[in-house]
Amino acid sequence: MGEEEGLHQTQLLDTMFVRGLKRKCFDGEEDIEGTLAGFKAIPSYNLQRQSLLDMSLVKLQLCHMLVEPNLCRSVLIANTVRQIQEEMTQDGTWQMINTQSAGQTSLDRLVSTDILCRSSKEQAEGKLVPVYSTFTKDCEGTQSQDNSEIMSTVTSPQAPRNLQSNMWEMENPQENRGNFQKSLDQIFETLENKSPNTVEDLFSEVDNSYYDLDTVLTGMMSNTKMGHCDVLETFPSQTTANSNSNCKSDLNELDHIVEILVES
Amino acid sequence: ETPKPPAAAAVCGGGGSDPVPAGASPWWAPQPPAPHTLRDMAGVAGGGGGGGGGNDFQWCFSQVKGAIDEDVAEADIISTVEFNYSGDLLATGDKGGRVVIFQREQENKSRPHSRGEYNVYSTFQSHEPEFDYLKSLEIEEKINKIRWLPQQNAAHFLLSTNDKTIKLWKISERDKRAEGYNLKDEDGRLRDPFRITALRVPILKPMDLMVEASPRRIFANAHTYHINSISVNSDHETYLSADDLRINLWHLEITDRSFNIVDIKPANMEELTEVITAAEFHPHHCNVFVYSSSKGTIRLCDMRSSALCDRHSKFFEEPEDPSSRSFFSEIISSISDVKFSHSGRYMMTRDYLSVKVWDLNMENRPVETYQVHEYLRSKLCSLYENDCIFDKFECCWNGSDSAIMTGSYNNFFRLFDRNTRRDITLEASRESSKPRAILKPRKVCTGGKRKKDEISVDSLDFNKKILHTAWHPTDNIIAVAATNNLYIFQDKIN
Repeated sequence: MGEEEGLHQTQLLDTMFVRGLKRKCFDGEEDIEGTLAGFKAIPSYNLQRQSLLDMSLVKLQLCHMLVEPNLCRSVLIANTVRQIQEEMTQDGTWQMINTQSAGQTSLDRLVSTDILCRSSKEQAEGKLVPVYSTFTKDCEGTQSQDNSEIMSTVTSPQAPRNLQSNMWEMENPQENRGNFQKSLDQIFETLENKSPNTVEDLFSEVDNSYYDLDTVLTGMMSNTKMGHCDVLETFPSQTTANSNSNCKSDLNELDHIVEILVES
Repeated sequence: ETPKPPAAAAVCGGGGSDPVPAGASPWWAPQPPAPHTLRDMAGVAGGGGGGGGGNDFQWCFSQVKGAIDEDVAEADIISTVEFNYSGDLLATGDKGGRVVIFQREQENKSRPHSRGEYNVYSTFQSHEPEFDYLKSLEIEEKINKIRWLPQQNAAHFLLSTNDKTIKLWKISERDKRAEGYNLKDEDGRLRDPFRITALRVPILKPMDLMVEASPRRIFANAHTYHINSISVNSDHETYLSADDLRINLWHLEITDRSFNIVDIKPANMEELTEVITAAEFHPHHCNVFVYSSSKGTIRLCDMRSSALCDRHSKFFEEPEDPSSRSFFSEIISSISDVKFSHSGRYMMTRDYLSVKVWDLNMENRPVETYQVHEYLRSKLCSLYENDCIFDKFECCWNGSDSAIMTGSYNNFFRLFDRNTRRDITLEASRESSKPRAILKPRKVCTGGKRKKDEISVDSLDFNKKILHTAWHPTDNIIAVAATNNLYIFQDKIN
């Protein structure tokens, strides 16, 4: 979809998603007519809703995995997706829309929830998330959850095809919903805490020394002029500060004078 | 409706009285000739008496800090602004992890025009980018929040935080230098002890003022998720830090331990539907704090009731208006900032389209609601697409709690007077940046014919967003962060 087209559609969506426009009861006949008519004027509610769903899935998919994605934003988008999906399931349009649209787009949409679980790096390498996620489970998380997640992620490339075939047969909508839910949940698995607390504890010593270095460097790099004597003064004052942490008793003048007298 | 009696937690029993007498004009409007009572807060220019001309309360441009280039370096984008308790110092943090502190110049009779100008006092690198090797993810150095500690001696202390680590910085002045050491030369080289034949007492000599910033505490490794808030307690010994799912309580002296006081992480992350968006301690009751959520609710907790404050003492939520329900209802109800009033009797929350003032004694709805940019309601889908709907705007009170301020798009910011219910929209722009130039009110045209000087909704620049603003604790001075520029506005004193 070209940029202009997308913009146009969003502007149209804006006109429909204004306050107070609540969709009324689903009426099959009317809706089909509405859909046909909608192509000529503003898009039908179903089309808009579908568009919003697609947009939301794309947003969740485009997590920039170099920096951790914003959890609040992801939760809000996921809640929106759930809301749409629930409404569509209630209407029974969840199945209907998928059967109406071309097979290719349907597959894309389903596959996209699987791709949501992958980091962009792994997508490029064609790997799946499961290997990554085994190392990244919370200690408080359950082991069994790990395994089931791996299983479901590994089988998910096949899942879309299964889902699609199910839909063509107009089979159990509950199952489809369950698969969708699972994919949505997998998004959160990748977004949650990656490193177990115990591992952090193991490395806590390393971390602290890093911060000590940081402390010293930032102390030295305060961008005001420093005489040579002052540089040496600051150095020990950093380490003493770190070991005897008590800033309340740290009177500026007294500290300074003591340093000079002690010539530490 | 009769307000519910305060809970056993005894929050805000007496509180403060209403700070500004009802009926007083908003501070930005020219004073009417009719006599009116003096405001009780110092520093409000030309208050009371006199009446008539010469008593204009109008916002004027004072200063702007930052580069003028159109090309904005990402690292220069200001991410937090905060006055200290006296208002003499103004701190900013940016995406590059730097903190810049401005100090207000003392009033100088020979230079009356530089009344209360803010000039750079100290600049330092607070946080550096880090790499989390376990997760293969970068930890941004962006300063999310700065909070000052109340001043207890000659030095100034502030807390600054990025996504993961909080640091306590000491900013101190040095205007003396020691000369005449025994063991080292003037250039610092150690002298050979055998060459020392006489001893002398080092002498303190004056030197050019030097402002040093040194990190005194590093509070690390306590947050799995991104820190969004820090808040210093009224006991001046503890503070809280909040991330998306947890809130920790720290003692300022202790860096290797913190207490977890709120944890909303579900046992099964698949069930996660709500996150913590902001948290703050009550200004007077050191056992009380609030935290807001992405579902538009605020929970008030009392730390005396239990060690883990998972059960709130009060729960603030406004019932949803069913007629305005849409797929975006939840997103726009997500609270981006929560601030107690100085009196401690009220709190203010900012969601995407409005600011709400809550009475701590009434949980079922806010006492005041102010629309910030209601004209955006019809554009929510576009704003969702370009992610603007997730922008987190902050809000702030003035010193007397009679007015509130928050930012908007197109470098607009809004001020509301709580007593007169009048509001004004102003713009932070280089065009209206002539010294002491009075700011002209701005207006967004919502439909129909656009009047002269109005701007239509479609012409708004959504890249120019004012997320961070601060109000001087006692005077009518405001600091507004517009991307990489910091604007300071003052009311006009005759």
